[in-house]
Amino acid sequence: MVQTAKKTVQITIKRQDPEIDGNKPYFQDYNVEVEDWFTVLDVLIKIREEIDGTLSLRCACRASICGSCAMRVNGQAKLVCKTKLSSVEKDNKILVEPVGNMPVITDLTADFKPFWDKFNAVDPYLRPGSEAPEAEYIAPNEDMVHLVGVMNCIMCGCCVSDCTVLEVKDNFLGPAALAKSYRFIADPRDNTENERLEKLLDDGGIWDCTRCMQCVEVCPKDVDPMSRIMAMRSNSLNKNMNKSYGARHANAFTSLIKSSGVLNETLLILKTKGFFNIIELIKLLPLAISAQLAGKRPPFLSHSIKNKDKLKKIFKKLENK
Amino acid sequence: MYEHDVLIVGAGLAGLRAALESIDAGKNTAMISKVHPVRSHSGAAQGGINAALTDRGDDWKDHALSTIKGSDYLADQHAVEIMCQEAGENLIELENMGVIFSRNEEGKLGTRRFGGQTVARTFFVGAITGSAMLHVLYEQTVKKQAKVYEEWFVTKLIIEDGECRGVIAMDMHTGKLEIIKAKSVILATGGAGRIFEPSTNALICTGDGLALAYNAGASLMDMEMIQYHPTGLAGNGILLSEGARGEGAYLLNSEGERFMEDYAPEYLELASRDVVSRSEQTEIDAGRGVDGCVLLDCRHLGREKIEERLGYLQEVATEFRGIDLAEQPIPVKPTMHYIMGGIKTDESGRTNIPGLYAAGECANVSVHGGNRLGANSLLDTIVFGRRSARAAIEYVSTVKTLSKNKTELNNETKRIESLVNRTNGERSATLRNEMGVSMTEGIGVYRDADSISMAKNKIVDLIKRYPNTAIDNKGKVFNTDLIFNLELGYMLDVALTMCIGAEERKESRGAHFRTDMTERDDKNWLKHTNVKKKNGEPIFYTSDVTITNWKPEIRKY
Repeated sequence: MVQTAKKTVQITIKRQDPEIDGNKPYFQDYNVEVEDWFTVLDVLIKIREEIDGTLSLRCACRASICGSCAMRVNGQAKLVCKTKLSSVEKDNKILVEPVGNMPVITDLTADFKPFWDKFNAVDPYLRPGSEAPEAEYIAPNEDMVHLVGVMNCIMCGCCVSDCTVLEVKDNFLGPAALAKSYRFIADPRDNTENERLEKLLDDGGIWDCTRCMQCVEVCPKDVDPMSRIMAMRSNSLNKNMNKSYGARHANAFTSLIKSSGVLNETLLILKTKGFFNIIELIKLLPLAISAQLAGKRPPFLSHSIKNKDKLKKIFKKLENK
Repeated sequence: MYEHDVLIVGAGLAGLRAALESIDAGKNTAMISKVHPVRSHSGAAQGGINAALTDRGDDWKDHALSTIKGSDYLADQHAVEIMCQEAGENLIELENMGVIFSRNEEGKLGTRRFGGQTVARTFFVGAITGSAMLHVLYEQTVKKQAKVYEEWFVTKLIIEDGECRGVIAMDMHTGKLEIIKAKSVILATGGAGRIFEPSTNALICTGDGLALAYNAGASLMDMEMIQYHPTGLAGNGILLSEGARGEGAYLLNSEGERFMEDYAPEYLELASRDVVSRSEQTEIDAGRGVDGCVLLDCRHLGREKIEERLGYLQEVATEFRGIDLAEQPIPVKPTMHYIMGGIKTDESGRTNIPGLYAAGECANVSVHGGNRLGANSLLDTIVFGRRSARAAIEYVSTVKTLSKNKTELNNETKRIESLVNRTNGERSATLRNEMGVSMTEGIGVYRDADSISMAKNKIVDLIKRYPNTAIDNKGKVFNTDLIFNLELGYMLDVALTMCIGAEERKESRGAHFRTDMTERDDKNWLKHTNVKKKNGEPIFYTSDVTITNWKPEIRKY
C-alpha cells in the first residue's frame, strides 16, 4: 500500500437505541484520522473498533458482493464498502444515516423484514413447466448473459431505500422485488411468464413506478431496476394485459397523442378511469376542485396540432418496427 | 420451545444445500445463521464450480487425479472419488434449480479452464458464480418455506452423554440466549480467514463452527494447510478471481516477464495455487516485485471479454483501485484465502461426536489435502452439504429423546453477562490485530520453526489476555461489539490449532512450505495432523491418509 498523508474527517452519524430514550434518533459527531484510500466503511469500522464500540452496523465482505452495508451517505443510499471517502466528503465532513423506507433496529442497522416480505411476494424461484430434463435445460448464452445483469443484484436495499414511490406508498413492491420478478420472466426456463405478469398488474405492481430514476442512480451493481420494470410493462401490453389503470393510462396517452397530437389531460383521466366509472371519478373531485382554485385545471377541450398527418406517419413507422 | 430434527449452523452454500435435502426428506429442519443467508461468504466465490460431465467426454477420474495431485497427495482418495463422481449430478441439479450458468454455442453448459486441471471443466456465471448459486439455493429454501433463525449467534454446542443435542444461541435482535434442541446438528459455518491480516475473507469468517466443535471435543485436522490465493488485491486483500488467469491473463514481474515460465513451464499461470503463490513470493523476495506485489495483466483479453466474463473483477479494479483492466495491469499478491483444514469428518460429514456433522469450508473430509484447486470449494459445499444431511437424517431416526438440559442455558447466560459487564480491559480489536499480523508473518506462504514458534507464542499470550478484554456496548439490541469479542475467542482457539499443526508437520507439503525442511517426506508425513481438546488442553495426534488408486508421485506443473 502506498503510504499517503493522513487527515482528520468529521463523520456525523444518525444514531438511535431502543433501550435509550425511547429509540429517539440523535446525531453524533466523530473526528477520525483517515488515509486517503479509506472507504466510508473503513471509517465506520475504525470508529467501532478504536473509538466507540457501541456503534452498531452490518458489514461482511468489504467487496460489494454480500449486500450488508447499504446506508445513506449525505442523503443518498450507498454500499459503503465501495464508496471512497474522498468521493463523498465535503469540507472534510460526511453524514451517515441508516437506509430509508425501512424501520431502524438500532443505529445504522435497519430492519429488512419489509424488504424480504416483498421479495417473497413475487414467488422468487424458478418455475419450469415440465419435468426437469435428463441433463441441463438448453438455453441461449445471450439470455444467460442478459440475466447476469439482473442476478448481479445483491439485495442490498439501496434502491428500496431511495425509492420515491415507497416514501408515499407502502404496498409498492419496489425496485428490488420487481427486478427479481423480471429475472424469472426473462428466463427461458421459466414457464409462468403470464401468471407472473398478471400478478404484477395489481395495485403495488409494475404500474406504480413513477420512473424517477432514483433506483437506477443508487444501485451499486448496475442492475437498473427501472428498465426491468419498463420491460415488464411493455411485455404485458404486448400480451394485451390492458385492464389495469396503468395500462389504460399508457394506452389512453398514446391514442390521444396519435389522434390529435396534443395531450388532453381531462380526457386522459376519463379514459383511464372510464367515462362511467362514477365512484372513481367522484374520488377525483377534490383534486379537480383544488386544481380549479389554483388555476391549474386542464381545459376540457383542446385543438389538434396542424401537421397531424406527419404524426400519423411517425406512429406508423414506429408501429411497423 | 425451539426443537428440530436437523439444525444447521450456517446458511451459506453447504448449509442451504443441507437444509434442502433435509426438508425434502420431511424432517423438521432449521438453519441458524449470524447473518441473513445471502450475506454468507459463499457469495464471494467468483470463478466457478468443477465437474467432469461424462456426456461431453470428460472423465471423473481425471478430475480426481488433478484434485489429488493438487492436494500434494494429502487428500483422502476415497472422499475425492465420491466428490468427483457426484459432481455432475449435483451440477445439473443446480442448473435445474435456476442457476444461470454460462452456455456454449449449442446452449449447453459452457466451461472455462481453472488452475491445476488438465482440461476445461469449470462451470461458471460470469465472475459471480458463488453469488449466483447462493441466491438460487436461497430461493429454493424460500419456496420450501425453510425455517431460518436469522441473525442468531451460536455460543455453545450442547453435548449430552457424548452426543450433540442442539445449541445455545443468542438472538441478536434481543440479546437473549435460548436453547435450541435438535436431534442432530450440522456445522456449515465456513472459514476462518479473519485470523489473518490481510485476508480475502469477509469480516464474518471467524471460525465459529471450528471453535464450537473443537471446544466440544471434535478433532480439527490439517489446520496448518492455509491457502494463499495468488491474486489478492494489494492492500486490503479483496479477491480477484482465478477466472482471470482461466481466461488467459498473465502474471508479470517488475521486468515485465511471465515469470511462471520458470516455475511451472507446462501449466504456467494455471499451476495449483500453492505453487503460483510461492513463485510470486519468490519473485517479490528477489526484488522483482512492484511495491511488494506482482502484476496481473488482462489487457490482451480485450475489453469485451473482460466485461462479459470478468465483469465483477473489472468492478473491483475500477472501484477500489481506479484501474481499468483493459488498459492497465493490476498489482496483486499472495493473500490468505481458504483453510484446507477443518473439523475432521468422514465422507458423510460425521465427526467423532455422534449427532454432530460438518460440511463445507469448516469441515475437512478431506478432499483438498494440502492444497485446494480453484472451483473445487463450491463443489465441496454442494456435494458434502447434501451428504451430511443424508447422514444426519438417517441418524435422527435413532434418537429417542431431546435434550433435557436445564443448567447449560443459565451457565451460558451468566458467562455472557459477565463478559458484557467487564470494564477497563483491552479492546478486542487490539488483540485481533496482533493475532492477524503474527499469523500472517508466522504461518505465511513460507514458514520455518522460528516463525511458527513466534506465532504460537503470540497466540498463547493472546489467549491469556483474552479474558481481560472489555467491550463498550452494554446494550442488548444488535450488540455487534459483543459479537466481535465472542468471535475473537473463537479465532484464538482456532489459531492455536493452526500453529500446532504447523509446528508438528516436519516437512513441506502443499501449502505448508517450511524453508527449514523443504522436501516432502512421504515416509514419515503422508499423514494427517490432528488437534483435539482434552481437559482444556490441546492434544496432538496423527491419522492415516487413505490411498486408493493413485500412489504419491513427484508433483510438477
